[in-house]
Amino acid sequence: MANDVAGLRTVAGLARDAGAGTALSGLDALELAARQHDRSRPARLWASAWPKLAALALVVGVWQAFVSARVKPDYVLPGPLAVGAELCDQLHRQQLWQGVALTGRRALVGYAVAVTVGLLLGPAVARVRVLRAALGSMITSLQTMPSIAWFPLAILLFQLNEKAIFFVVVLGAAPSIANGVISGVDYIPPLLLRAGRNVGAHGVSLYRYVIAPAALPAIVAGLKQGWAFAWRSLMAGELLVTSLGHTSLGAQLTYARETRDAEWLLSTMIVILMLGLVVDGVFGAADRAIRSRWGVADQPH
Amino acid sequence: MSSPGSAAVPESGATAPAAVALDGVTKVHGRGSAAVLALDNLTLDVPPGEFVCLVGASGCGKSTLLSLVAGLDKPTSGRIAVAGDRPPALMFQEPALFPWSTVAGNVGLPLRLRGIRRAERRVRVAELLAAVHLAEFAKRRPHELSGGMRHRVALARTLGLDSPVLLMDEPFGALDAMTRDLLHDELERLWQRRGLTVLFVTHNVREAARLGDRIVLLSSRPGRVSYETRVTVPRPRRIDSPQVAEVAARVTDRLRAEVGRHGQ
Repeated sequence: MANDVAGLRTVAGLARDAGAGTALSGLDALELAARQHDRSRPARLWASAWPKLAALALVVGVWQAFVSARVKPDYVLPGPLAVGAELCDQLHRQQLWQGVALTGRRALVGYAVAVTVGLLLGPAVARVRVLRAALGSMITSLQTMPSIAWFPLAILLFQLNEKAIFFVVVLGAAPSIANGVISGVDYIPPLLLRAGRNVGAHGVSLYRYVIAPAALPAIVAGLKQGWAFAWRSLMAGELLVTSLGHTSLGAQLTYARETRDAEWLLSTMIVILMLGLVVDGVFGAADRAIRSRWGVADQPH
Repeated sequence: MSSPGSAAVPESGATAPAAVALDGVTKVHGRGSAAVLALDNLTLDVPPGEFVCLVGASGCGKSTLLSLVAGLDKPTSGRIAVAGDRPPALMFQEPALFPWSTVAGNVGLPLRLRGIRRAERRVRVAELLAAVHLAEFAKRRPHELSGGMRHRVALARTLGLDSPVLLMDEPFGALDAMTRDLLHDELERLWQRRGLTVLFVTHNVREAARLGDRIVLLSSRPGRVSYETRVTVPRPRRIDSPQVAEVAARVTDRLRAEVGRHGQ
């Protein structure tokens, strides 16, 4: 008799299990149905491209308007067409590519060292109280220091050479990267840390599985800002330290000015701008990838 | 400073050793003139497999109690014993999933941290997700799921700790009624199937009557056990059944009397 009742109860329980499962699946389906994206890839590309193209057209238009109005003589401010022709010409010559290679190598080496310094310094300052008290505000104040203000000292220390540029590039970029790490660690929601400890993450594994991934968006933002500072410091350095040969992009700018070759000058500026945009695009893609993984990029791009 | 009664009784009684035993637990927050007595000489035994619901008004130290049992905090005095070699698993009101990881990654993390190898982990994660009816969502990310689904992922992740004791701090407080009812069914089923011991904190008396074998009412400031009742309504229960409502009404009366004491 008792067995019968128990048996009946199990059957009822199983039926209810299935019922709850079905109801849950139904609820899941209903709640997820509203979340599908429906725009095709070309449509999305076009949507993100046309405002940029329009802005570019506007800039070129204003530039041409100034040239047509003869605000400045042609040899000082050439028009977009003349500069475009010069740029095409440059693209076929060794000189430009040598400049890109030299400047790019300096940028990469300086930035790589700055990243290493920033990624070592950042976590240490973020988690060790003494280091934070000692270095935290110093890193922030270093970050506000315009990097070009370091050059006189760098030139005194290293003379007009590669080392001076390297010194300033690293000093310009490392504080931003370290600051990115510090603010990333500071803004981790305490709940995630508690959840991490609760599932058994302690010490190194807490860093590896919770703190590092949770801080990643801010770290990428710091890397991006660090790159911008490194690139600016490098350009400033190359304008000042020109005795090393003519090939770096900054040196080419200086020589273009000295030889009053405005077309060369402007086309080199365009190359510098394009390089900056390309790298920025890489960081932007990394940032978007992270945000879409985290689900904070729901607004369409 | 334990009471003479509990000191006299030897531990090896006729009953099985408790899964969670609190003996004269006192917790003071802060010190000096700012000190607040959160829990006062609280004694509570939870036998293995029991589902105990802790209810009480705000300030009764429910969450403090769970933190103490979970080992996140230490009692000022008294003893806490938890059976088994694993620390108890704790579930919060928020799912607290890791947004950078997939559903499978979240559920697999406790297994990974215990050094379980990839192949076995995959099998275990699939089992855990099937247990909460989310098998087909392993590759999704938390933000792609609804609130109720996130809670089920969190439940699966907590179950992955393989702890015999499950501590839940108002886990369904932020959910709509329909989802909550379904999750009650889920939790009850998992508790029965896995033979868990559950300590469930809630301010919702009906929820306590729906789920608990026993309801423990804590008084506020300081937290003490002010009333206890065994829920004899046969399972499976429904939250809207008259028997559950009757139990809930009884506890609510006690709770109101307790809260009213503070108004005088």
